[in-house]
Amino acid sequence: MITYIIRRLIAAVGLLVVVSIITFSIFFVVPRIAGGTPETLATRYVGRAATAETVHLTAQKLGFYDPMTVQYANWAKGIVMGENYDYGAGVERCPAPCLGYSFITRQPVWPDLLDRAPVTASLAVGASILWLVAGVATGVLSALRRGTIFDRAAMGLALAGVSLPIFFTGLVSLAFFSYTLGWTAPGGQFVPLTENPAQWAYSMILPWITLAFLFSAQYARLTRAGMLETMHEDYIRTARAKGLRERNVVIQHGLRAALTPILTIFGLDVGLLLGGAVLTEKTFSLNGLGKYAVDGIVSQDMPKIMGVTLLAAFFIVIANLVVDLLYAVVDPRVRTQ
Amino acid sequence: MRAMGAAGVALALGLSACAGGTTPKTDTGSAGSTVKDAFNAGLTTVFNPSEKKGGIIKLADEAAPDTLDPGETYYGYSWDFVRVYGRALTMFKPAPGKASAELVPDLAETLGVASDGGKTWTYKLRKGVKFEDGTVVKAADVKYAVLRSTDKATFPNGPAYFEAMLNMPKGYKGPYKSKGMNTDSAITTPDDSTIVFHLIAPFAGFDYLAQLPQTIPVPEAKDTGAKYKEHVISSGPYMFKTYAADKSYTLVRNPYWDQATDPNRKALPDGYDVQLNVNAEDIDNRLISGDLDVAIAGTGLTAASQSKVLSDPTLKARTDNPTLARLWYTSINPTVKPLDNIDCRKAIEYAMDRTSYQTAYGGAFSGGEIATTILPPMIPGYQKYDLYPAGADNKGDLAKAKESLAKCGQPNGFATNIAYRNERPKEKATAEAFQQALARVGIKLTLKGYAKADYFSSYAGNPPFVKANNLGLALNGWGADWPDGFGFLSQIVDSRVIRETGGSSNTSVRIPEVDKLLDQAVNELDTAKRNAVWGQIDKRVMEEAVIFPGVYAKSLLMRGKNLTNVFVNESLGYYDYMALGKP
Repeated sequence: MITYIIRRLIAAVGLLVVVSIITFSIFFVVPRIAGGTPETLATRYVGRAATAETVHLTAQKLGFYDPMTVQYANWAKGIVMGENYDYGAGVERCPAPCLGYSFITRQPVWPDLLDRAPVTASLAVGASILWLVAGVATGVLSALRRGTIFDRAAMGLALAGVSLPIFFTGLVSLAFFSYTLGWTAPGGQFVPLTENPAQWAYSMILPWITLAFLFSAQYARLTRAGMLETMHEDYIRTARAKGLRERNVVIQHGLRAALTPILTIFGLDVGLLLGGAVLTEKTFSLNGLGKYAVDGIVSQDMPKIMGVTLLAAFFIVIANLVVDLLYAVVDPRVRTQ
Repeated sequence: MRAMGAAGVALALGLSACAGGTTPKTDTGSAGSTVKDAFNAGLTTVFNPSEKKGGIIKLADEAAPDTLDPGETYYGYSWDFVRVYGRALTMFKPAPGKASAELVPDLAETLGVASDGGKTWTYKLRKGVKFEDGTVVKAADVKYAVLRSTDKATFPNGPAYFEAMLNMPKGYKGPYKSKGMNTDSAITTPDDSTIVFHLIAPFAGFDYLAQLPQTIPVPEAKDTGAKYKEHVISSGPYMFKTYAADKSYTLVRNPYWDQATDPNRKALPDGYDVQLNVNAEDIDNRLISGDLDVAIAGTGLTAASQSKVLSDPTLKARTDNPTLARLWYTSINPTVKPLDNIDCRKAIEYAMDRTSYQTAYGGAFSGGEIATTILPPMIPGYQKYDLYPAGADNKGDLAKAKESLAKCGQPNGFATNIAYRNERPKEKATAEAFQQALARVGIKLTLKGYAKADYFSSYAGNPPFVKANNLGLALNGWGADWPDGFGFLSQIVDSRVIRETGGSSNTSVRIPEVDKLLDQAVNELDTAKRNAVWGQIDKRVMEEAVIFPGVYAKSLLMRGKNLTNVFVNESLGYYDYMALGKP
């Protein structure tokens, strides 16, 4: 098992290198191929009335006159060995893993990512627990009560959940629950868990519910379909014939088998969200990784984009690895293989 | 394109009435003030005047400012807010209406005293002004602040007026890289309270430069270069208590600020809380509910909120609708054939439907007023004229357009391209409006959208690209750095700012006579004569038909529910954040 994990981690590093090369190429190599010069690239990062000299100085400072391979190598070197940054009045050391300095804010990217990761993690973890519990429970009940009013209502609600975009449900829920009723916190009020757990939950409850509403719908439908199929399997009939309680039949034999595909999607979803829930963060003014990435893209801030892309890719790889390991727990057949 | 420039001057009552507004009533209080909510009540009067102190003003920003460092910030609203924690040599008078166009001394005792025909400017500092650590502000701190701002390797975003105008020693790269270099050729400080600026050439409007945040003093010992923005040392009534990059910052009272040294500020609130990167729709909702006091970016209510607010008389009464010192316009490039012929350019001026330009920008109310000049009405020197009348309905004079086409040898029209920024739907809509309007006289336009980030550097502002790709027309816009002819015109009509490598906002104006007039105005110390030259330049550029003026921009601002002393500072284009109270 340990060899397996190590092998997967090595593969993950290779994947991250490929992702970083692709991202770098999209934002830097492609504009150069299209005819861009170091100066035209640098013009993005200076004021509107900048002189040619300012543009030249900026291009020089950002290393745009270096060959592409050198630029990429310098960036990659910073991850392993750290980087020095001249801030005018002195030189600042950005220790490894230094993902470079933002071209716009001229602050190191890594501390920014660390600062924003808890916001995104809080959102992703809280919401995923909610949608998993709500989605799976609804799906199971719907499958067991197929064709009833509950089943139809639940699936109708699930369809609405999947259909309604988060920026709609988010803004409506903010307007109603926060500004009209005053039950929940207004947008942008994130309080770290370590600072005040109660306030943390208060500040996140609405984003959690809104995001979970979207996802749980999908999980409910998936679970229902899986359960309907599983509950007609022979081994379910055998379990019932053995006289097991219906609860045990459903949970230990039915749900456990239906969970495998759900786990796969759950891993991908959580991994994706950990890399940034762009729309939710934007709607609720949460300064997480997703918003950071969007800011980077809008301002063409390459180090920001590279940093958040790598982190997102890392989360997806890790989440998938965890899911693969969980398979063994959920499905005994995987263990024996 | 950054939302910058100290844009804006609020509109006179007559103009706001044109936009469907109502005249605010002066119910109580002193002359020029009002306490009753009314549409445009904060334009020409002080809304809800009060001297009462206390309270924390809550502000939110849909993004983050470029920087809080006075030496580098180039956002219009930052130039408004920076006065809360910094004192420049001069400032625009904190007053509603036209009064704010007046420059008044701030850190200086008086406005600048010119000598040597406008090449030398002397300011005397007020006595007793202190930094937040109790140190007395000296002339050397102002000199240091200006010099550090010229280091464009460290501060690439800031305005570049000082390094262009001051007589800097050759090879000077700012106080970090050129430490110890004698800079007396540019700035001298004969004593602790006198600062003298030495220019390369006379510049009559130097007091405007002196109001730039770059003259806010910086103590050399506390300067941390590009990291100074994390803790700016205050010389104003408030100082930074917290700063979390891209998230929030708070200001509390500076115990060393002395009202006796400051006739411009009342310092009413106990502090300011600013939240960054807040969803724009969320900001509007909070503003409406009273949970928030100010939308600091001052870009106005979002389109979604506008319909809600304008349809509710109570909410509408809490809004102001200023016209800004910003022009949305279209460059007509004479480097692209057949637009090298003035009559072909005139055909475009005559054929365009002005109302469709206005509609594309959001209509008369929040989009802007139809423009016929380059200078917006609030800029000194503005003269109202219309060289290319578009008929009573403003939908274009097709007969005149056809006449011009015949004169330029293209009686059946011609084909060219029009550039716009992909990320700006209003520009795309305007390009489509041009396409439809010009098609009426046979001019065929093909739409070319480009990325905003490289629009000027690689495409519409890159002369070889413009020519090679037949970009006859290019959507453009400009906001004044300050409400003065130089602040508005110098970057968009001076042919010498055009860079062959790209990056200039001026893409179409290459008139040697205009360059000479600009130099003439810059040297003219008599304000009235100077302003007359700005008007002359405006008209001369329009005679060449190289710019199609679209609309003078407007915004719809909402007053916070609990605020006192609310008014739009015309010269800044936003509510005067320094004057607000919240008892």
